[in-house]
Amino acid sequence: MYILGLYYYWVFAVLLMIGFYAVVAKPNLIKKLVGLSLFQAAVFLLYITMGKVSGSTAPIFQEGVSGLVFSNPLPQVLILTAIVVGISTTALGLGIVIRIKEEYGSIEEDEIQEMDKT
Amino acid sequence: MTILFGVFLLTLLVITAIAVVRAENLFVAVMLLGIFSLLIAANFFVLNAADVALTEAAVGAGISTVLFLGALALTNERERPHRGTRWLSVAVVTSAALVLMYATFDKPAFGDPNAPVQLHVSPWYLEMTPHLIDIPNVVTAVLGSFRGYDTLGEVFVVFTAGIGVMFLLSAGPASGAGNGPGSGQGSGPGRPKLPGRKSYAGIGLRDHLIPRIVGRMLVPFILLFGLYVQFHGKYGPGGGFQAGALIAASFILYALVEGESRTLQALPQKALTGLMVGGALLYGSVGLAGIFLGSNFLDYSVLASNPVKGQQLGILLIEAGVGMTVTGVLLSIFHAFAARGTD
Repeated sequence: MYILGLYYYWVFAVLLMIGFYAVVAKPNLIKKLVGLSLFQAAVFLLYITMGKVSGSTAPIFQEGVSGLVFSNPLPQVLILTAIVVGISTTALGLGIVIRIKEEYGSIEEDEIQEMDKT
Repeated sequence: MTILFGVFLLTLLVITAIAVVRAENLFVAVMLLGIFSLLIAANFFVLNAADVALTEAAVGAGISTVLFLGALALTNERERPHRGTRWLSVAVVTSAALVLMYATFDKPAFGDPNAPVQLHVSPWYLEMTPHLIDIPNVVTAVLGSFRGYDTLGEVFVVFTAGIGVMFLLSAGPASGAGNGPGSGQGSGPGRPKLPGRKSYAGIGLRDHLIPRIVGRMLVPFILLFGLYVQFHGKYGPGGGFQAGALIAASFILYALVEGESRTLQALPQKALTGLMVGGALLYGSVGLAGIFLGSNFLDYSVLASNPVKGQQLGILLIEAGVGMTVTGVLLSIFHAFAARGTD
């Protein structure tokens, strides 16, 4: 169980950094937004992992059953709303990318910077 | 067995993420991102977060994929190939990952019931929900009542993002007059017009028999499930956010199968704007009703003669507001993307 816990956290670290790599190293703007989504998903995974209690069940009371151990509901609430906010901000980013494409004719970061210089 | 399943799912997640970043065809990357979302939703489910899994599956694997594909249709489907790896980025990213992994050794063990995160306010929520609100789903209770301010804020963030997308995409099409402020407008390589796409946006997949029949069969059931999730959120996994995403997904499927114009006939943009604004207003006015009835903002106890009934009524109303706003915003964003393609 200890190793599995560490593995969850390591996967979080690796996913976070894969997303971050796409944001910093890829010149394509849509690829950057994809990377940002991966980064975001990694943070979600960390929160949900921390809320897990071993031997527990989802935090929903059941009629006539007592003595259940529940996982922490608070991280779930935070992440539940963060997912929907995340898609809205991603859509805003995509809207900006589309306008950039219309104005510059390109969605590659280096080409856009080149055009801005001239 | 669960351990094995957990390790398997996590390893698949990492493999998918690497494939997403490596794929040079953006269409492939977006499809893989959809698979990634579905896998991470399965992970959330294994970690007892049923509500979160439902949201991620509806939003990440469904709507997010459609929006990315819409953006790809308006830009380029292929990433410009560039030679060589960026070794500086690789070095920075790897060292940061190693530092994060080193930090995990100090974290409380996975699933430890005495970890600091489990000892702060959560036991209080779990203990007091049956007394104060008396609904089975603690996640909905915390979302709607205990942390109602947060949720109000989130709803307004979603609302603002929707307005932002509509501002960006509905105003001033660059292909119209051609006197845009951009410097690259005249000389730059113009937007490649794809002849096939225009007709698809209008009529959808009406010419393709199998997707059309299957899609039309699915739409009412997705819609019904969305409404079930909306109103059953107090008793099982669900609530306004998930329901909004599901209802939006059903209309998006309808638009893909039957075309934009028919969807806008069924649910015109005016109605969507009304949903966006109405949902946020409903949430806010439930909060104000608390003040007028002599209590605090977003205190639902005074809405009915019995405080517990008042809380349940308040949660029902604000969840309806959340569902309306999320549906309205997601569909407005989708239509804004789609309308850009047909210009």
